[in-house]
Amino acid sequence: MTTMFTPDHEWINIEDHEAAVVGITLHAQDALGDVVFVDLPEVGRTYKKGEIAGVVESVKAAADIYMPVEGEVVEVNEDLRADPSLANKDPMGNGWFFKVHVTHMEQFDQLMDPPAYDALLKTL
Amino acid sequence: MTADLLKTPLHALHLELGAKMVPFAGWSMPVNYPTGILAEHRQCRESAALFDVSHMGQLKLSGDDAARALETLVPMDVVDLPLGKQRYAFFTNAAGGLLDDLMITRRADHLFVVVNASRAQADTTHLINHIGHRCNVVPLPDRALLALQGPKAVTALSRLNAGVAALAFMTGNDFDLEGAECFVTRSGYTGEDGFEISVPASQAAALARALLAQPEVKPAGLGSRDTLRLEAGLCLYGHDIDEATTPVEAGLTWAIQKIRRPGGAREGGYPGADVIAAQLAGGPKVKRVGLTGLERVPVREGTVIVDAHGHKLGHVTSGTLGPTVFEPVAMAYLGADHAALHHEVYAEVRGKRLPMRVSAMPFTPHRYHR
Repeated sequence: MTTMFTPDHEWINIEDHEAAVVGITLHAQDALGDVVFVDLPEVGRTYKKGEIAGVVESVKAAADIYMPVEGEVVEVNEDLRADPSLANKDPMGNGWFFKVHVTHMEQFDQLMDPPAYDALLKTL
Repeated sequence: MTADLLKTPLHALHLELGAKMVPFAGWSMPVNYPTGILAEHRQCRESAALFDVSHMGQLKLSGDDAARALETLVPMDVVDLPLGKQRYAFFTNAAGGLLDDLMITRRADHLFVVVNASRAQADTTHLINHIGHRCNVVPLPDRALLALQGPKAVTALSRLNAGVAALAFMTGNDFDLEGAECFVTRSGYTGEDGFEISVPASQAAALARALLAQPEVKPAGLGSRDTLRLEAGLCLYGHDIDEATTPVEAGLTWAIQKIRRPGGAREGGYPGADVIAAQLAGGPKVKRVGLTGLERVPVREGTVIVDAHGHKLGHVTSGTLGPTVFEPVAMAYLGADHAALHHEVYAEVRGKRLPMRVSAMPFTPHRYHR
């Protein structure tokens, strides 16, 4: 399994664990509606698991982006900053938020796998 | 909880259209349809959008003394309101605060009143307690209210009844629409030309379908209604105005006619008239202002506004990224000495100070049909 989910509706793909990709889920962008602004984390800074690493704002609401695992941010998506609607159009792809160097693999393993996340969505 | 929410006569239609329903003032209401708030906002600015505003309270005040009686609760000229004319108004409390804002239209044998959903119950009680002995206060729960808004609203509605095109802004009349006896006013709360249509609840869905069948018209929800009214500089009750704000602080004195002001033939005589008269003469301590952001970060309700030294000047009461102006727009209450146009202030957002400028409202020009 290379993509895992948080209960706060972030996803993380660990195909490259030195630059694991983080974004918001299809459900998250749908709940938010039209995304008009993103605040992205600082490249080079290490964030703890659960720390606020960014903000996503739609016309009607703002939501924090939590760091799914501890790690150093190695890249942010400048295309998303320029066109925040990418988070709606392609949340699992071009609408990614940032990449993080994962050092604690066990934190990744503790996240929700796709069936667990789907089960969570059914309770909402 | 959801089961307890009130449903408008268009509820099934909203679900059929794929609306996202949210609780609002005790009602289940569409916040947006699948196209989303931005598209619905643009639809209204460019063509025509249909809003279900049936949650709003509709009332009829009848009896020879109704206008005079209503003037004891609002600082407006109701007595001289001509037949078919509509007027923006507000209920005040003894401290000059705002209990609600409303629309009053003079009809042949009564005054037609529309109030906010969140205040409908309180307003009805207020009317009955204070003027119920002088006129008949009749809520109209068997009527729905549709708002057709946008530059092409007149084109679309005229196809159902050509007579509506003759209405001017803030006037109303009776029209047959799809066999329903409707009361139509040329008004709305988006800054655009448009109509509000009071229709018997049983015929509302058929009328809504007939309107949505017009090529100019698409449905829009409360989300875009909010961004549209904010860009238009129009207050939302419970956010930009409430019991703690006076009409003078809120910049709504344009709505108080001369005849009800100090020196006028029917001056005062409404709750809080002394407070409002004093503020009219001496100026308010705080003022509602428009703010535009110099950085593209939305500044939302509750955000603290400070000066360059970090001293608190006030707070934001409504704010978003204006979909038409494509920049952050907000309303805020600031100390009167910081409320001058073009004055630069800062919004404290997530530990950062974002520059904003006091700006004229509306943020987008009104395009009413006068």
